[in-house]
Amino acid sequence: MIEVKNIFKSFGAKTVLDDISCSFESGKVNLIIGQSGMGKTVLMKCTVGLFEVDKGAVFFDGRNFSELDFRERKPIRKEIGMVFQGGALFDSLTVEQNVMFPLNMFTDMTNSEKLDRVNFCLQKVNLINVNKLFPSEISGGMKKRVAIARAISMNPKYLFCDEPNSGLDPKTSIVIDNLIKEITEEFQTTTVVNTHDMNSLTEIGEKIVFIFQGKKWWEGSYAELEKSDNQELNDFVFASKIMKKMRSEMRL
Amino acid sequence: MLTRTWFEIGRYWIFMKGLFIKPEKFVIYYRQVMHELVSIGVGAMGIVALTSIFMGAVITIQSAYNLVNPLVPLYAIGIVARDSIILEFSPTIIMLVLSGKIGSSIASELGTMRVTEQIDALEIMGINSSGYLALPKIIAGMLICPFVVLISMFLGIIGGWIAGDMSGVVPSADYIRGLQDQFLPFNIVFALIKTVVFAYIITSVSAYHGFHTDGGALEVGQSSTKAVVYSSILILIFDYILTQLILA
Repeated sequence: MIEVKNIFKSFGAKTVLDDISCSFESGKVNLIIGQSGMGKTVLMKCTVGLFEVDKGAVFFDGRNFSELDFRERKPIRKEIGMVFQGGALFDSLTVEQNVMFPLNMFTDMTNSEKLDRVNFCLQKVNLINVNKLFPSEISGGMKKRVAIARAISMNPKYLFCDEPNSGLDPKTSIVIDNLIKEITEEFQTTTVVNTHDMNSLTEIGEKIVFIFQGKKWWEGSYAELEKSDNQELNDFVFASKIMKKMRSEMRL
Repeated sequence: MLTRTWFEIGRYWIFMKGLFIKPEKFVIYYRQVMHELVSIGVGAMGIVALTSIFMGAVITIQSAYNLVNPLVPLYAIGIVARDSIILEFSPTIIMLVLSGKIGSSIASELGTMRVTEQIDALEIMGINSSGYLALPKIIAGMLICPFVVLISMFLGIIGGWIAGDMSGVVPSADYIRGLQDQFLPFNIVFALIKTVVFAYIITSVSAYHGFHTDGGALEVGQSSTKAVVYSSILILIFDYILTQLILA
């Protein structure tokens, strides 16, 4: 479980996160939702330590991550896998080398063991025969899948995905969502997904944190969300005609 | 302006300190250094060869043009060309040329990695990103640039010889006599000391600017420009400081 306790983050005079506390549960897909520019990515980056918090703390299974220095954070970092918005694959490395990268850095596995692990991860994300291709030679959806494969190559306890569906067509988005869900269930990871994709919300969201104007506005399960009368949350989630229709059908 | 300068200097030293955190695996850093040696050294050879040959040719012809005096022997042109190339043109001008080539390449590579979150991806894995990305470039630059400059000296002198002989301003025998006359081997040592310092400046300043890029494609371009401008200015300043310290 990951616990975020009273964190504040400002950039210059602009306060982006204002006293946010929430928790992300193990073995579940936890979603951070909210409009663009409300602080979702900053919250995720503060949680994983890419941004230092101004105040407050983040706990990974009771370990206070915020008070640790670079060296002390290493063991926890090795348990974290992250899928970035654009994939963040290393341009100069092939798909195989990208997935193998953490294994090369942190394990003493033999080459054949590493290759087996890479192929296992690539199969897990339904990618075959792409090992020798470079990131520039594959599609956006494939890049996201390679990024997921790289993120799970070290068998992480915590999986973070920053807008994994951005820029993808609805069908590919569903594939990515299902992958995240499957991996979470199979490896019992604490998965945190940052999204404003309503399909992800309905399909994979088990625990939802709604961020509005830098504050945690609402937190709960999807079932609770459907019944919620929080105005800002409803305005965001049920903004589209499809979602409005879906809600009215469910209420009938 | 002054606050900004102090901020940049402070952040540069923090960045430099970060390079020397114990690497995850030495063998990976070793491979990175080897890769950078090829990239920096071999990649720069074309422009270095071209610049050096023409630079040597121009120095020889200009020296001949300025030394038109019956009291000055023709072999003095060889001495002037040799000393100019060894002491100043090869270590300083070639390194200024390399600051454009290597500096912009390092800054844009790291800048692109920063804006596409590749550096964040390294940090998430628990890798010391500055050490992994910048240290091999700095080490490789400091190792390979002296060889590049030695080759530049050789080619510059050859260029001067060919130009002097072909244009008829200095016969081969006089030019070669000038090259051998009053030769001080320490001049080469001095040139190599300067080269190592300049290589450090180019690679570290460019890596710093690339690493701290913030924004998108426009900012990558700006970082690349800053890397070349600042390393060129620092090369000129340190050229003076080192000459004053070692030769004066």
